[in-house]
Amino acid sequence: MAVSREPLTGADEFRSSQLRARDMLRGDLEGDDLEKYVEERIITTTLDKAVSWARGNALFPATFGLACCAMEMMSIVAGRVDVARFGFEAFRASPRQADLLILSGRVSIKMAPVVRRIYDQMLEPKWAIAMGACCSSQGVFNNYAIVPADKFMPVDVHVPGCPPRPEALMHGILQLRDMIQGDPTMGWRNRYGAVGTEEVLPGNLGADSVNVFGSTDRA
Amino acid sequence: MSEAQVSDYRKLEESITLGHIQNEDRLSSELLTLNIGPHHPATHGVLRLIVTLEGEIVRDIKPVIGYVHTGIEKTAEQKAYWKVIPVVERMDYLSYYFNAQAFCGAVETLAGIEVPKRAQYLRVIHLELNRIMSHLVWLGTSALDLGAMSMFWYCFRERDAILDLFEMSSGQRMHTRYFQVGGVFEDIPTGFEQRLRKFIATMPERADQYADLLEKNEIVLQRLRGICPLDEQTLLDLGVTGPLLRAAGNPWDLRKVEPYSSYEDFDFKIPVGTVGDNYDRYRVRHAEIYESVKIIEQALDGLPEGPTITEDRKFALPPRHELATSMEALIHHFKLVTEGFRVPEGECYYPIESPRGELGCFIRSDGSSKPARVHMRDPSFSNLQATAPMCRDSYIADLIATLAMLDPVLGGIDR
Repeated sequence: MAVSREPLTGADEFRSSQLRARDMLRGDLEGDDLEKYVEERIITTTLDKAVSWARGNALFPATFGLACCAMEMMSIVAGRVDVARFGFEAFRASPRQADLLILSGRVSIKMAPVVRRIYDQMLEPKWAIAMGACCSSQGVFNNYAIVPADKFMPVDVHVPGCPPRPEALMHGILQLRDMIQGDPTMGWRNRYGAVGTEEVLPGNLGADSVNVFGSTDRA
Repeated sequence: MSEAQVSDYRKLEESITLGHIQNEDRLSSELLTLNIGPHHPATHGVLRLIVTLEGEIVRDIKPVIGYVHTGIEKTAEQKAYWKVIPVVERMDYLSYYFNAQAFCGAVETLAGIEVPKRAQYLRVIHLELNRIMSHLVWLGTSALDLGAMSMFWYCFRERDAILDLFEMSSGQRMHTRYFQVGGVFEDIPTGFEQRLRKFIATMPERADQYADLLEKNEIVLQRLRGICPLDEQTLLDLGVTGPLLRAAGNPWDLRKVEPYSSYEDFDFKIPVGTVGDNYDRYRVRHAEIYESVKIIEQALDGLPEGPTITEDRKFALPPRHELATSMEALIHHFKLVTEGFRVPEGECYYPIESPRGELGCFIRSDGSSKPARVHMRDPSFSNLQATAPMCRDSYIADLIATLAMLDPVLGGIDR
C-alpha cells in the first residue's frame, strides 16, 4: 500500500488530523482508513539499526580520571556543555556497568596494565576515547614514563588537545555516537580483524582466539 | 597475574603496622585487607590505598603512589629553561600558575632577573584566581564524595568563569604558559579588567551560597565535625603545610612569612582553624576564597603601569616590531629561540604558597641553557603522609571524607 507522507500545511489540515486521531482512539476508524492511519505512523527498520541507535544515544562512561584531562572531562558534565543533553551523563564507578572508557590524561607504564584490566572488565559492546595528547601520542612529555594508549588497547576516537576543551571532548563523543549509529560493525575490530577483547597472553593463544596486537611479544 | 605481582601485593599486605592495636584478644576479631584504587571514584585520581580494617574501623593505611609518574623532573633536564615551563605546569594540574611561578621564580633568582612591578601584580591576580579555581574544584568534588551532588554544578559554574578569564589573557583554559621567566607573556587584553571586576563582585556572594548549602546541612556537619583531627605538632613533624596545617591553628603561610611577587603590598588575612578536624579544613579553604578575592581586588586597583616583562633582552624575547628594524633584536631573538638563555652556575630553592601548601622548586644550574637538576617539593606528596595518622581508628566512611578534605592531586605527587 502506497503511503504518502507529506507535512501538514494549514491549520485546517492539522485539525482534521487531530479529529482522525480521536476517531482512531474511539475505534471509529475502519477498513482502508485504519490501515492508512497505521501505515503512516510506523517506521520500519532493522533490529541492528534500532539497537545501535539506542546504544549510541546512551553511552555510560566509566568514572576514570587520570590527570589534567580529567578536570575537563568533569566539566562536560557541568552546566556549560551539559553532556546530559545527549544522554552520556551517567558516569559509572564500576567498569562492569560502563561501556565507554575515556582515557583522560597520561598513562604511565605502571598504570597501563591497570587501564587494560579496567578495559577488559567492561562488558561488550564497549568503546574507548583517548582524550588529550598524552594518551594519543605522549604529548609534551614523550619520555620513558608515558605509554600511548594505542600500544596496549584499542581506541576508537582520539581527541587532540592539551587538555582538549570540553567542547572538543563533546565533539569526540558525538563522533563516536555517529560511528556507532552509522555503521555498528565499523571500528577497531574490523581494523584489527579481532573478535573480542580478551587479554591475550603469549603462548596461550587458543584455536579460536585472535591476538589483537598482531605479534606475541607485546601482551 | 604473574607470580611476582602476587608476591608484591602480599608483601604490601604483610607490611601493615599492627603494633598499636590494643585488642588483646586478636583471634576473635579478624582483620580484613581492602584494596582501594588505583581506579576508584573517591581517591581523586589514581591513588591506591591498602587499608586494613577491623570490622568497619580503619587500623592501618598504606598509600601506594606512582600511577601517574610522568618523568617531569627528568624531562625538564633535557629542555632549555623557557621550554621547561609548559612541562612543569602539567605537574599539579589544578595549580598550573603556581607551578610556573615556582619555576620562573627560581630561575629569576638564579639569574638575578628583576621582574617589573606590573608583571608581579598580574602574576598575583592570576595566582589568586587559580587558587580560587583549585578550591572550587576541591569543594565540588569533595561535596560529591559526601553525597552532595548540586555543589558540583555550582562550583563548576564559577570555575568556568575563571577559566574564561584565563582564556582571555592567554588563549588557553588550562596550562596557559602565561608566566615567563622575567614577567608574563603579554599584557591583559581590553575588557579583561571589566570581566574580572564583575567576577570578584559575584564570587563572595556565591561563596556565601556554598556555605548556606553545606553548613546548614546536618549530614555534611556530621561527616565533617570532629572527624579525623590531627594536632599541629604531628602535622609539623610530617611536613604538612597549607590549609591542613592552618586548620590545626598554625598560621603558616608563605605569602606572609616570606612574601614573593609583591605579596607584601596586599592586605589580607590568613584563615586558621582551631581543632584541625575535617570541618576546620573545609572552613579554612572556604575562607581563603574570600581572602583571594580581596587580594585580586587590591591588585587590580593598584595595578601599576609599565612593562609586563623584563627589559633584559638576554632573557625576554624582543617585541615583534623591533625585529624588522634592529639587527641586535634579531640576534637576541635567534639566540633565545634556538639555544635559550644561559643561567649562571648555582643552586636555588624557591618556595611559594600553592593552594595545597608549600610548593618549592629546586634548580641546580651548571651554567648551560638547560637545568642540571629540577626538583619540585610538591605539597600533596607531604600532605598525603598524614592520611594514616589522621584516619587510624576511624570509620572507613570517614576515610573517604578525610581524603576529600586532604585534597591530594596525584599529578603533583607522582610528577
